[in-house]
Amino acid sequence: MIRGVIIMNDQGKPRLIKFYEFQPPEKQQELVRSIYRVLCSRAENVSNFIKADSLFGPDVRLVYKTFATLYFVFIFDKSENELAVIDLMQVFVETLNKCFREVCELDIVFNFYKVHTILDEIIMGGQVLETSSEEVASAVDAISRPLSLSLSLPLSLRVCVCARALVSSCEWVLRCNRHLLLQLSLRVLEHGAQKYLWLNSTECFFSSLYFLLFRFV
Amino acid sequence: MTGPSLMDSLFQRSIDDLIKALRLSPPGTETAFVAKAIDEIRREIKSTDPHTKAAALQKLTYLHSLHGLDMSWAAFHSVELSSSSAHSHKRTAYLSAALAFNPATTDVLLLLTHQLRKDLSSPNVHDVSLALSTLSSICNTDLARDLTPELFTLLISSKVTVRKKAIATVLRVFECYPDAVRVCFKRVVENLENSDLGILSAVVGLFCELTENEPRSYLPLAPEFYKILVDCKNNWVLIKVLKIFTKLAPLEPRLGKRVVEPICEIMKTMGAKSLVFECVRTILTSLSEHDSAVKLAVSKVREFLSEDDPNLKYLGLQALAIVAKKDILAVVENKDLVVKALSDSDLNIRLEALRLVMCMVSEDNVMEICRILISHALKSDPEFCNEILGFILLTCGRNYYEVIFYFDWYVLFLGEMARVPHCQKGDEIATQLIDIGMRVKDARSQLVHVARELVIDPALLGNPFMHAVLSAAAWVSGEYIKLSRNPFEIMEALLQPRTSLLSPSVRAIYIHSAFKVLMFCVHSYLKLNGEESLIPSTLTDSELVSDVEVDDHNMIATNGQAPSASSVTHHLTQESLLALVNLVEINLGPLAGSNEVEVLERSTNVLGLIKLIKPMILGSLNDSEGDQTNRELKASETVKLIFDSCSEDLGPVSVNAQEKVPIPNGLVLKENLDDLEEICGDIKLPVLTSFSLVRPQFAEVSNSAECQDKEESELSTESTSLLAEHRKRHGLYYLSPGNAVTVSNDYPPAHDPYGKAIVEDEDLAKLTEKSLVTGKKPIQSKPRPVVVKFDDGEVTNVVTNRTRIKADLISDAVNEVLLGDEATTSSSSRRKPPKSRRVTEDSNISIVKLVWEVANTMGMVKRGDVEPQARIKNMIAKTSIKVIVGCMVSTGRGTGRIKQWKLKHQSFLIFFYSNAFLTKILRSVVVINILVFFSHWNWLC
Repeated sequence: MIRGVIIMNDQGKPRLIKFYEFQPPEKQQELVRSIYRVLCSRAENVSNFIKADSLFGPDVRLVYKTFATLYFVFIFDKSENELAVIDLMQVFVETLNKCFREVCELDIVFNFYKVHTILDEIIMGGQVLETSSEEVASAVDAISRPLSLSLSLPLSLRVCVCARALVSSCEWVLRCNRHLLLQLSLRVLEHGAQKYLWLNSTECFFSSLYFLLFRFV
Repeated sequence: MTGPSLMDSLFQRSIDDLIKALRLSPPGTETAFVAKAIDEIRREIKSTDPHTKAAALQKLTYLHSLHGLDMSWAAFHSVELSSSSAHSHKRTAYLSAALAFNPATTDVLLLLTHQLRKDLSSPNVHDVSLALSTLSSICNTDLARDLTPELFTLLISSKVTVRKKAIATVLRVFECYPDAVRVCFKRVVENLENSDLGILSAVVGLFCELTENEPRSYLPLAPEFYKILVDCKNNWVLIKVLKIFTKLAPLEPRLGKRVVEPICEIMKTMGAKSLVFECVRTILTSLSEHDSAVKLAVSKVREFLSEDDPNLKYLGLQALAIVAKKDILAVVENKDLVVKALSDSDLNIRLEALRLVMCMVSEDNVMEICRILISHALKSDPEFCNEILGFILLTCGRNYYEVIFYFDWYVLFLGEMARVPHCQKGDEIATQLIDIGMRVKDARSQLVHVARELVIDPALLGNPFMHAVLSAAAWVSGEYIKLSRNPFEIMEALLQPRTSLLSPSVRAIYIHSAFKVLMFCVHSYLKLNGEESLIPSTLTDSELVSDVEVDDHNMIATNGQAPSASSVTHHLTQESLLALVNLVEINLGPLAGSNEVEVLERSTNVLGLIKLIKPMILGSLNDSEGDQTNRELKASETVKLIFDSCSEDLGPVSVNAQEKVPIPNGLVLKENLDDLEEICGDIKLPVLTSFSLVRPQFAEVSNSAECQDKEESELSTESTSLLAEHRKRHGLYYLSPGNAVTVSNDYPPAHDPYGKAIVEDEDLAKLTEKSLVTGKKPIQSKPRPVVVKFDDGEVTNVVTNRTRIKADLISDAVNEVLLGDEATTSSSSRRKPPKSRRVTEDSNISIVKLVWEVANTMGMVKRGDVEPQARIKNMIAKTSIKVIVGCMVSTGRGTGRIKQWKLKHQSFLIFFYSNAFLTKILRSVVVINILVFFSHWNWLC
């Protein structure tokens, strides 16, 4: 049985953690850290297996592989074949490649849910379900097609649209109630400043607000 | 907290925004940012708008999964969202459940049952498979029971994806709710004949997991598996089928005969390495009686070993390790490749090779292999070097040095290992040095030689990793000083200035060894003088002249003829002895002001003794007064007694020994010692009279269980007669006189060419048996002390008990389905909980508890260490030290602290005399202290 799958980058930051038996979150983090400690001490061109008895109990092994900046780690027990698990890892990476077109670390970072969906198609409850990457890719496609439609606009876009609407509407609202507008824009400014200062695209939003303020105050 | 405002949902951060922000946040502020994000999520997740809620849950799940945040508080929101009609929301909700719910503790899990049921019977394939994968992650007994009917329907679903997912889920459901087997098993078996590869691989995978725990129940399915093995061409499926046969073949020999041929065929024709490796493993583990197949497998292993791929090499070595258990020849054939792998760049491969090399060790080649390995260790990096040393020590020490034939060689080799640079196995080496000293009498002279080399080298003192070895060497040279060629030299080595580099505990051992050496020299000197009729006549008719002493007389006499010991005695002139005593005094003098208690007390101890004996040595220069000679006599008696108790053999102690000792009435181990102060406050403590000060306490001690003997004894009681009296009264706690002689004669010499069967524990068995048989009063109530073999195996069995019972439940159900009812009864009768195991484990625990409590009461052993053997050893060591400390404080420092120490002292004595095995070892120490204590007081007053 496969006990868990972990993807982490070469700095030990986890990108995907999936255990097929419940592990409390602190334990998961600790396991990732101790696995990383072992992994980064290993040279290149050595065997990919690590005995993980001390971490997971007797007969549990760990196989890892490096792809660019990422470590892929599979944890499994004695009812899996070691070499077959390496092949499975290859299938997983191939599928990721198919789903993201030349997968890189950022794809995995920003597609937390999709990566989980892909993994769920390959392994379920610790059992290997599918070993053909084409099959998995098409299944994931079928699942995420309706999903992508329902995706909302990113926040930056929403802010922009909102700002534009504000600016264009202000032309006629302006004459009616200057104070109201001022109040509204101040509130939005305050709210945005609190929350979204980090967004580059908010600049346009703020610039339009400043434009408004300077024009009417 | 206020509900989410329109602003919140309008400007809600999506998960992408969250990830971006997390990446942009400067290092160090991440936790603050996450805390802020959680605050937002807490507000947003309460929203009635499913979009807002889903986005919040998405973010929370992300933070939970990758940043380890607790999200148990949001469990209900997951359940709530799972009923959303949008598939994407459902997916979010179910994924959060699968990642965060604990099947054992999350109580809202039951609320999910209805939604899961609805989704399992939904027409949407995605919903169904989502529900299935969630179920397989969070399945518990209730869920399994409630959803079994739905799962049953899905097992014949026309959609392949659904069906294979249902089969994969069945495993978890069976584990949680074995009764589900009765419902679903037939349908699962029917799927074995399905032509679709996906379904087939799922079913075979399921059976592979099931057979792992309890293979016997699945034997009836063997024909189906055989068909798959022959017909199927898919690697994944074949690997799983092979795994199944690995479990089934040992149960049914005919099955092995059937499958061995197709397996060999697959091995020959198929190219996939994973499949070939699985075939090799199957043959080596379960079909090892088919010689031709094994031969083929081993040849495949050889191919693996000669590949460049480190993974294949590693697995090949592992496969060899499987063979090594049954057929060591196969390993020896590939010796060249294995030894080559020892210098591989990969640590995994080297370790595996090392393990194989150690498998090959036998009586005949142990010396050769050890030599090769040690030269290898010298060349390799520190980590692997220590691995090698650890393996050598483990293998050679296994089963009481089973493979060691020439102990002289091994002892030398231990010394050599200790000197390997990077050696960090000092503790293990030290343990073996002492252990061999105690167990193997014939190795002692060589051991003393090795110890001398170690102790005498000043360079070694600077290496902190060596300190453990040095402490063992010091102990050996002190304990077996009789066998040393030049005690003076050893004394110098023990007191050399660089010993200040040692840690206090090791230093204390050094000082104590110096004490033993000193005693030996003084005693030998007295012996020499005794031949000049200086020996006091009072001693000869004393009751105390036991056979042990006689034995020593003989030993000295015989040794005297040997050239080595005679050189000792010849050099022993008064001047040289005086020089020795002065050397000790000069070196230990400054230590009497040491900050370390152990060092301080021990050096004070030795100095006190020197004070006692020095006048005696000087006395023979200008003996004039009668008083002087009188005191001298007393001193010589003391020296003799101390020497006698020191020269008694220390033997290994069984771990169970502690348990065999009944706790005497009236000794409450759990009680705090402080309470004793009150109780003992009532007993009159005559102050400032030398012997009456100790006497009542001693009497009380000896009668701990009986009524108190309040009789005031005469002040002039000799310490010797006191001991004799005690010995008479508590004879059973002493080694019977004479057994030392018989035992020592019975030792088979290690070099005996016919003595191939010197199994150490047998020796020990003889030893312990003897000491019981020859005992004056063999006591029926005290069973024979077990030989030092601790049954560790018993303990581990109990742990696996629970899972085994669960597996049995499944297999019961399987049997019922496959074979009908009669099988169930037979299998359930197999499932008797092994009660006896429990008992032994409990008793093991009770040893630990007892020792622990005793140690705890005395405030000596720190909490935390639970390993019984180490604890007992530790305790013995510490106890003896403390007794010395206690006695010496009371002798060396005025009367103010005597009372305090007397209390502890008393409880120690109660414990010692109630405790046969401890007494055996500690008697010497206790006697020394009592004697020193007495004579000291006598001398002072």
